[in-house]
Amino acid sequence: MKALVAVKRVIDYNVKIRVKADKTGVETANVKMSMNPFDEIAVEEALRLREAGIVSEIIAVSLGVAQCQETIRTALAMGADRGILVQTDAELQPLAVAKLLKAVILQENPEIVIIGKQAIDDDCNQTGQMLSALLGWPQATFASKLKISDGHAEVTREVDGGLETVSIKLPAVVTTDLRLNEPRYASLPNIMKAKKKPIAATTPEALGVDVTPRLTVLKVEEPPKRQGGHKVGSVGELVDKLKTEARVI
Amino acid sequence: MAALVVAEHDNAAVKPATLNAVAAAKEIAGHEVDILVAGKDCRAVGEAAAQIAGVRKVLLADDAAYDHGLAENVAPLVVKLAASYTHLLAPATTSGKNLMPRVAALLDVMQISDISAVVSPDTFVRPIYAGNALQTVQSKDPIKVITVRGTAFPPGEATGGSAVIEPVASTGAAGLSAFLGAELSKSERPELTSARIIISGGRGMQSGDNFHLLEKVADKLGAAVGASRAAVDAGFVPNDYQVGQTGKIVAPELYIAVGISGAIQHLAGMKDSKVIVAINKDEEAPIFQIADYGLVGDLFKILPELADELERRQ
Repeated sequence: MKALVAVKRVIDYNVKIRVKADKTGVETANVKMSMNPFDEIAVEEALRLREAGIVSEIIAVSLGVAQCQETIRTALAMGADRGILVQTDAELQPLAVAKLLKAVILQENPEIVIIGKQAIDDDCNQTGQMLSALLGWPQATFASKLKISDGHAEVTREVDGGLETVSIKLPAVVTTDLRLNEPRYASLPNIMKAKKKPIAATTPEALGVDVTPRLTVLKVEEPPKRQGGHKVGSVGELVDKLKTEARVI
Repeated sequence: MAALVVAEHDNAAVKPATLNAVAAAKEIAGHEVDILVAGKDCRAVGEAAAQIAGVRKVLLADDAAYDHGLAENVAPLVVKLAASYTHLLAPATTSGKNLMPRVAALLDVMQISDISAVVSPDTFVRPIYAGNALQTVQSKDPIKVITVRGTAFPPGEATGGSAVIEPVASTGAAGLSAFLGAELSKSERPELTSARIIISGGRGMQSGDNFHLLEKVADKLGAAVGASRAAVDAGFVPNDYQVGQTGKIVAPELYIAVGISGAIQHLAGMKDSKVIVAINKDEEAPIFQIADYGLVGDLFKILPELADELERRQ
């Protein structure tokens, strides 16, 4: 079966973000960009399914500006077979991304779609659920274990109270949580090989999808700063302060 | 304007996060707040929801299809009910996060995730970049689908209301998914997301066994026990202990971080706590920068001493 993974280009998780002075957003110029960490886990899971002989081909899709091609190359260097770039300079919100992915999926017919549970930039946590709704497919979000057999996926999900296991019919959308796997690093030979793997390009217009944002960002601000940094010298002093100064115990 | 809040429950009781979502709904829609209870044999939940102060009506959908809150089955129900509402809300818990985007997509609207403030009925504040920035967004969609960050809205009263309970017909099972089982942690301690005091351990705890040192202090304070991602990844404690960007977001009166260095992803989950205490042997640890009270030292000495001190002064 074919697997499709969606990979988002985001500010690298190690970068300390800066809010722009005019409050229109977050500074992205001259900032290191990487693949969304949850999407790396998605790529890794697809690779493991291919290594187990369940998946035959892995397609990595990214949506956005031309540089998203680099994110696809990263997925190809990890081992994905080919890429598709849906190129646009327009702002893409999760509903639009889900519609674009649906259009790609209807052309490619994968039996499983694996994507990160959320992107670490907008923290929306929506795309996988929206995509499965638009396709009329089942969804298994926040996956920490994935087993595939007999046209079904058995997925262990990380939920607030612990773990939950569901069985979903394929085709389906699975979104990844942190403990699903530990993504591999791309080796140098594989990075070289990835340069020769094909990346097809398309656009929202060619896919017939209206990507007009539904949410208008009015402003982006820094959160209020915490005043910390006080030290106490002993356990006795700590308990004193908590009782008499902070009055929380 | 009218809002429908999807209740979080286990077929026996309403989960506290529902009350925070109701509080947000009241800020938006005033007296026109209804609650949907979808489950199996969940009449008791419906009755409890009807007691929540300021709720107009409880819609009770009692059917085997809704037993475990499978999004494939519950989303069509919410979509069917949506015509009577301008706002659909759920707590930003794992179940709310699982369900609501599916609802939003079926309605062809963008969800507004994890709101931390209501500016007006169409404008909301939400954290992005793990809480390192706050975004104010305005929705142009006819129906606003929203998940609510519980710690940002003080919970409404669980009693004092007398809403009518109205049964609603089932939309049936989609036949796409099935619940196989759950491994839920059982604890005598308060739940992390509703605890007044939390004590969390990090990699510095060195092993799961050492968490009993934290538990002793927790018992003296009536506190919940949490952990950093590092401690969970190291296998010290199960994933549902995790406080942080990808775990639980908490904002208790008192948060005690023990052996936690203060990675951004952990701070994202607890920096809105009222008072933060950090105990760490590394005085350069970033956690001290946001702590109201920092204590530098060996946690294996400090924790027993703290338990004794609390015992002595109770």
